[in-house]
Amino acid sequence: MSEVSLQIDGKEVAATDDMTVLDAARSAGISIPTICYHEKLKPFGGCRLCTVEAEASGRTSLVAACVYPVQQGLVVRTRSQKIDSIRKVLTEQLLAYAPESEVLQTLAKDYHADKDRFAKEPSFCILCGLCVRYCTEVKQKYAVGFVDRGPRREISFIPEIAARECWDCKECFPLCPTSALQAAYVLTKSLAPIASSERACTTMADTNSIREMNQTDASFAANDESKSKTLLKAIAEG
Amino acid sequence: MINSPAELEQFRQDILAKRSSEKARISVCAGAGCLATGARKVIDAFNAEIEKEGLESEVCVKGTGCPGFCERGPIVVIDPQQTCYLQVTPQDVPEIVAKTIQQKKVVERLLYCDTVKNEKSVREADIPFYKHQERNIIGNNIKIDPKCIDDYLALGGYSALTKTLFQMTPEEVVDEVKKSGLRGRGGGGFSTGIKWDAARKAPGDTKYVIVNADEGDPGAFMDRAVLEGNPHSILEGLIIGAYAIGSHEGYVYVRQEYPLALENVGVAIKQAQECGFLGRNILGSNFDFDIKVHRGAGAFVCGEETALLLSLEGKPGEPRSRPPYPATSGLWGKPTNINNVETWANVPLIVSNGADWYNQLGTARSKGTKIFSLVGKIKNTGLVEVPMGATLRDIIYKIGDGIPGGKKFKAIQTGGPAGGCIPEEHLDIPVDFDELIKVGAIMGSGGMIVMDEDTCMVDVARYFLNFLTQESCGKCSPCREGVKQMHRILTNITEGRGKEGDIELLEELAMSTGSASLCALGRSAANPVLSTLRYFRHEYETHIKEKRCPSYTCQGLVSYYIDSAKCGACRICERECSSQAVMGGKNLIHIVDQTKCNACGTCFEVCPTKFGAVIRISGEPAPARIPEEARIIVRQRYVPKKAKQAETAV
Repeated sequence: MSEVSLQIDGKEVAATDDMTVLDAARSAGISIPTICYHEKLKPFGGCRLCTVEAEASGRTSLVAACVYPVQQGLVVRTRSQKIDSIRKVLTEQLLAYAPESEVLQTLAKDYHADKDRFAKEPSFCILCGLCVRYCTEVKQKYAVGFVDRGPRREISFIPEIAARECWDCKECFPLCPTSALQAAYVLTKSLAPIASSERACTTMADTNSIREMNQTDASFAANDESKSKTLLKAIAEG
Repeated sequence: MINSPAELEQFRQDILAKRSSEKARISVCAGAGCLATGARKVIDAFNAEIEKEGLESEVCVKGTGCPGFCERGPIVVIDPQQTCYLQVTPQDVPEIVAKTIQQKKVVERLLYCDTVKNEKSVREADIPFYKHQERNIIGNNIKIDPKCIDDYLALGGYSALTKTLFQMTPEEVVDEVKKSGLRGRGGGGFSTGIKWDAARKAPGDTKYVIVNADEGDPGAFMDRAVLEGNPHSILEGLIIGAYAIGSHEGYVYVRQEYPLALENVGVAIKQAQECGFLGRNILGSNFDFDIKVHRGAGAFVCGEETALLLSLEGKPGEPRSRPPYPATSGLWGKPTNINNVETWANVPLIVSNGADWYNQLGTARSKGTKIFSLVGKIKNTGLVEVPMGATLRDIIYKIGDGIPGGKKFKAIQTGGPAGGCIPEEHLDIPVDFDELIKVGAIMGSGGMIVMDEDTCMVDVARYFLNFLTQESCGKCSPCREGVKQMHRILTNITEGRGKEGDIELLEELAMSTGSASLCALGRSAANPVLSTLRYFRHEYETHIKEKRCPSYTCQGLVSYYIDSAKCGACRICERECSSQAVMGGKNLIHIVDQTKCNACGTCFEVCPTKFGAVIRISGEPAPARIPEEARIIVRQRYVPKKAKQAETAV
C-alpha cells in the first residue's frame, strides 16, 4: 500500500493506492451520489450515478467513482454540466420503477429530474443488487439472486434456501432503496411451504403426491417459473 | 510425434513428395454457407463419379474451408489449373469430371461471367470478386481440408512456430508483433503487441491465453470462416502468443451456435497434440502448452473480454469494470491475454514474414488486411479480405459488384449492431480503425451491411436497438434502461406514434448511455441512433411530423390500395394476402380492406407488372373504396387466335 495524491474538484486529496475515487472523495468530505454502493460490499458499478470525470495523462474519461482506482496525479471532477445531465437521465429512468423511493426523490431534487418523464414500469425493483450481493458476500447464503438479463432481469428468492434462511435474517430489507425486495420475499414466503413439502415428498420418492399437490394448489407450484413471475408482478403492483 | 524442427521439416517434405505428382485436386468449399446450399452432395457426387470412372489414383476430392464467395456457392476449384466453378450441383459433376478432369477442358456454363462485359473468368484469381482482394488469411481456406493437418503443413504450417521456439526469445516475439502494428480485430483496435507485453510483464507464474471466438454480430461470419476453414492457423498463433507471454494453458471460447467450428477446432487440437505441436516439450523446445475448448452459451455480451472471462469461470457472463485489465488480473485472477480469432490468425504471418513485410500493407495507423463480411443489398454476398485503407466504394462496387435490382445505394452499416451507417458522401474514405470513427461508425469485428434506397434508416436504428435491448446483460442501468428507452422511442416513431421532442430525447439518452455505461456494449449502443440522426435526420422528421415513411418500410405508416382503373381481377393478391384483407372475386375489381390490412406489402410485390395496380402510399390515407356496383368488369368474349384468323380470312 503506497501513498498517492490526487485532485478532486480542485482539492488536493491524499489517498492510498488501494482506494477508489469514491473512497478518496468521501475521505475528503466530497460527496458523490451512489445507489448500488455499500461499504460492506465489493464495488459493483451498476447504478453509474457516481459517474465522474477522471483525467489521467492528458486523457479525460467518464468513469464510475465506486470502481475506479485512484492513481498519482489523477484529476477528478465530480460535477459538470455533462455529469449532471447524465445523473438526471439515470435518475429519471429509475424513477419509472420506484417513484416513491426516498433516495431517488433526493436525487431528483438535486439534479432536477422529472419523475414522470418515462412511462411507469410494473416492477419497483431498480436492480441495484444490494440484496443479492449482501446475501452472497456478507451472509453467504445465496438466498436471493438475479435471474434473466437485459430488460427482463429481476431479483428472485430461491424458495428452498429462503424457507430455511430468511425468516430469522431479513438483513437485506433495510438495504433496499425501494419496496420491491419485501414484495419478492412475501412471494417466496407464500411458496416456501410448498417447497419444503415437495422436498419431503421427493425423499419419500412419492412423485404422485407432488403431482396431486400441484393440481390442488396449482397457483403455488414452486417449479412453475412463469407463474411465480406473474405473482411477483401482481404483488409488486399492489 | 515430432521431436525437433528437423523432424518437422522431414515430415513436411514427405507430405510434399507424396503430392508432387500431377494429381488433380478437386476442392469443394465445405464452409457453412456452401454446405447449406448442398456442398455435401456435390462432394459425394464427385467421389462416386471418380470411383465410377476409376480415377482414384489420378484425382483427389476435398471438402475445404470457405473461400468467401458465398453468394455463388457451392464453389469448386480444380487444381493445378485453378479452374473455378460456381453454383455447382451434383448434376454438373459427371460433366466436370469428363471435361475438366479427363479432357482438360472447361465447362463454360459454370464459370463466373461478368454480366456487363460478358467476359468469363476461368481461374479463381481472375474473378473480379477475388481480384481486388488481398487474401492473406482467408486465401488458404480453399486449399485446406480443415480436418487434415497435412494440408496445413503442406502450405508451410507450423514453420512460424519453429522459428518462434528456436530462433526467437519471447521478448523478440512481442517486439515483432509490436513492430508489425497489428491491432485487435475484435473491434477494440488496441495494439496487440502492447497487450501481449503487459501480460508478459505482469507478475505471476500462471498465465492464460484465450481465443475469443464468440462472434455474435448479426450478419458477421469472418471468425467463423477462419475457425472452420483453417483452425491450425489460429492454434499456431495461439501457441506463439503463449510462448511470448509465458503461458502454458490456453482456451478457445467458441459459441455453441458454431457446431462446425467446434468440431474442426476440436479435431485440430487433437492432431496438433498427436504431432507434438501441443503438450509437453513442444518440438523438443522445453516449452509446454496445451489448449482447451470452451463452448459459449450464446450471449452476445460474452464477446466483451471481462464477460467472457467470467463466463469461462462458470459465472454469469457480465462485464466488470476495468482496471484491473485482464493482462494483470484475468481468468481466475491470473494475467490473461485475450485476442480475437482473426488477430491470432495474423500472428503466424507476422512471425514467418517479419513485421516489415506485414506493415507494408495498410494505412499509417492500421496495418495488414481485414476480413469483412459483406452482406445486405449487395450482388456478391460473402467474405472480403482487403488491405486496411481500401475504400468503401471499392469494396461495394469492385468486389461486391454493386446493388442488385438496379436500386440506388443508400448507406453501409459497419461495425456490427453498435456500429454506424455511412452514406454515399463518405464512400471514398479509407477503411481503417480511425477513419471509420471520424464518420460516426466503427470497425467493430468487420460486419458490413449494405442498404439500398428501399431501406428506412429509422427502422434500421430500431432493428439494431432491438438486438442490443435483448443482448444487454442488465447489470448497469444506463445500458439496461437507456437502450430500452431508445428502442421504445424508435418503435413509436416507426409505428406512427412519434412526437415532437423524440429526437432530442433520443440524443439525451444516447449521451447518457454512451458516456456512463459499464462496458463497450452500452458505450457504443447509441451509435446506430447517432449515426442515422447525423446523416438521415430528415427521415426521422418525416416520420414524426408527416407520419410518412419515405422508403415505405414502416408498416404502421404505409397503406396499400388497388387502382381500380388498372386492376385486372387476376385474384393473385387476393390469394397471397396473409390477412385476408383483399376483397377479390371473379371479374370484380379488387379492394383492400384497410381495417384488415397490416401493410405487409405482399399484394404490391405479387401484382403482375402488366397491371401494376397495387399502389402504396405513406403519410396520407388511402382513397375511399369504389362503390360495389362499380367493381364489375365486363369482359369481351374470348375468341381463340386461330378462330380469329379464320374469321378475317373469310
